[in-house]
Amino acid sequence: MTTHPLTHPQSKTGLQSLWVWIAAVAVVWIFQFFFVGYVDPYYFSIVMYSGINATLAVSLNLVNGFTGQFSMGHAGFMSVGGYVSALTTSLVVAKYPGIMGVDAGGPGIEGAILLVGALFLGGLVASLAGFLVGLPSLRLKGDYLAIVTLGFGEIIRVIVLNLNVVGGARGMANIPALTNFGWVFSVCIFTVFTIWRIVNSAHGRRFLSVREDEIAAEAMGVNTTAVKVRAFVMGAFFAGVAGGLFAHYLRYLNPQTFDFNRSFEIVIMVVLGGMGSITGSVLAALLLTVLKEALRPLQEITRLDFRMVIYSLMLIILMLNKPNGLMGTREISDVYQSFREKLRVRFGANQGSDQKGAKK
Amino acid sequence: MQLVFTNSLRRHLIKLSIAATLVVALTSCKKPVAIDSEIVIGEVGSMTGSEATFGTSTHNGIELAVKQINAVGGVKGKKLRIVSLDDQGKPEEAATAVTKLITQDKVTAILGEVASSRSLAMAPIAQQYKIPMITPSSTNPKVTEQGDHIFRVCFIDPFQGTVMAKFALETLKLKKVAILRDVKNDYSVGLADYFTETFKKGGGEIVVDQSYSAGESDFKSQLTAIRGKAPEAIFVPGYYTEVGLIARQAKELQINAPLLGGDGWDSPKLKEIGQDAINGSYFSNHYSEEDKSPNVQDFISKYKEAFGVVPDGLAAMGYDAAKVLADAMTRAPSLASKDIRDAIAATKDYSGVTGKITIDAMRNAVKSAVVLKVDGGVFKYQTTINP
Repeated sequence: MTTHPLTHPQSKTGLQSLWVWIAAVAVVWIFQFFFVGYVDPYYFSIVMYSGINATLAVSLNLVNGFTGQFSMGHAGFMSVGGYVSALTTSLVVAKYPGIMGVDAGGPGIEGAILLVGALFLGGLVASLAGFLVGLPSLRLKGDYLAIVTLGFGEIIRVIVLNLNVVGGARGMANIPALTNFGWVFSVCIFTVFTIWRIVNSAHGRRFLSVREDEIAAEAMGVNTTAVKVRAFVMGAFFAGVAGGLFAHYLRYLNPQTFDFNRSFEIVIMVVLGGMGSITGSVLAALLLTVLKEALRPLQEITRLDFRMVIYSLMLIILMLNKPNGLMGTREISDVYQSFREKLRVRFGANQGSDQKGAKK
Repeated sequence: MQLVFTNSLRRHLIKLSIAATLVVALTSCKKPVAIDSEIVIGEVGSMTGSEATFGTSTHNGIELAVKQINAVGGVKGKKLRIVSLDDQGKPEEAATAVTKLITQDKVTAILGEVASSRSLAMAPIAQQYKIPMITPSSTNPKVTEQGDHIFRVCFIDPFQGTVMAKFALETLKLKKVAILRDVKNDYSVGLADYFTETFKKGGGEIVVDQSYSAGESDFKSQLTAIRGKAPEAIFVPGYYTEVGLIARQAKELQINAPLLGGDGWDSPKLKEIGQDAINGSYFSNHYSEEDKSPNVQDFISKYKEAFGVVPDGLAAMGYDAAKVLADAMTRAPSLASKDIRDAIAATKDYSGVTGKITIDAMRNAVKSAVVLKVDGGVFKYQTTINP
């Protein structure tokens, strides 16, 4: 059984069922309501950033991995979403301070509605930005597109730098603290779910066809520009939402946070995870976010600042050993599939459900 | 299907638990040892990244201060121990680092950050856990507005405008000054506004108020307008790049009035860009290495001995931040965070390297500034201006 990228084997692990995803979100919220208070705040913050980074990486993967367009302006979309949603909530909270609740209770249901609304608005404006930058620049390919998107990210940063209403170079402080564990991971699951469903649909095949061979795709009647713009708009939407979550978690935004280094970080997550693997993006986002903090004790013990040197070294070693990224184009369902295949070969056909799955 | 799902679930759980164990094992290599004989102080700085020089200078200053305090027996018979974390110059990393310091290392107080952008990300967290935090050099007024546990040992931007106005009136005896401000920069606008206010109150006259935007390189039209009014000096509270260019173009237009400015001028690059044209100009700064007072000279010689270079302003402020904290802890009745907070708030006339420091009701430092003169490649100390 070969795993050609265009004949991506459908998973039979139950991921197709909507219920699995709903259950995952439910688990997240159960955790939010009953267990978050017991988690050490430091580890908790790493978990939160992992979730936000996973959302960013998966959304960029749609553009870079599945559609094969090398975009390096993801931090730009993130900042648009972050600033728009932060501005929205700041203005609303300034008018109705009651939303944030009394200090003991924290924001209630109004806060949740406000956050979701603001995130959605941030995502929409970010996707509009994605549309605007996508339309003219997607006539370009490869390196040229990378440069244009990189430039776009910088343009956004400089515009924000000059916007007094969001604090300009001094940054935007006192953003209401509305992000919590539940929202970060609900959004993360929703992003993974949406992109996974898109990629595994007839629509998604068009994305993949553009990546595999644009000319052939065009010859088959695929409107490649429309496909690319669509990928950009969707990727930007989720990046914008992730930016909004980031803003309401850190409670402070500074244009410098969204410079090209930030874009590179997300690109690294996608490349390290495997271009075209959602599982890989999630894994790489987790790995890189945790790795940065896990190397801290090393710095404390040695009293030397080579934390980032080792971080980079580990990236190089990983890429040398796994040139296609951690997962290549495989998903967790494929890994699971091949694992079962191995089991079947070893233990004979004693697993009825397997054969049924293989025939399908 | 039922069987398959449980299988996969089990495997996922195993993987998850392996990952979780790994994370915990990796991050908890070094659990903080709570020793009764020491006080742990956290520091967050940009040791790496584009502003690494700022972080390193501040860190050196803090380290020197702690070494000196420990050499004379520490605070309340306990030695100080600094845990310093790098934030790569990123606000979100600063927030994570400060969370780690408070919850993992159980620090008593926090020193940092240099830049306002990182301090603004850290301050709400320190405030939430009620841990006193002193920033050595974040000048944005918003930083200390984050809560009653956040302090600073540097003056805020508006003060510098007042300083230069006093200097122009009292030392240089000027009556007619022109202003050339950077409109895109809050810092510059703040300085210009406060300069205008104080200068007018003191009987001076602002003959013309021109503006530019950072990043421009041609200032001839503004300078021509200024030349028409023949001012005795031009107040240019911008950053060194534009100031250097303005100085050169002013000379080309035969304007011989000196330029006045703020701490945004403090860079060796100022002399490179401005060359001879910048000579004879004045700017306000936090400290001068030429200050003859004994504690400044003592600090400079000790610093040189320890690190082999002349300390810059940031090192001096890091040093002062640590000393102010230690002083407050000595005065505090106990090491409870509330007592330390109250003691820092009560700091009065503490004579630090960067001047006499008094903490006001807004938890900002009220302190003196120095005025330096650019003179043939060096910044010559002129005078100290008290608030």
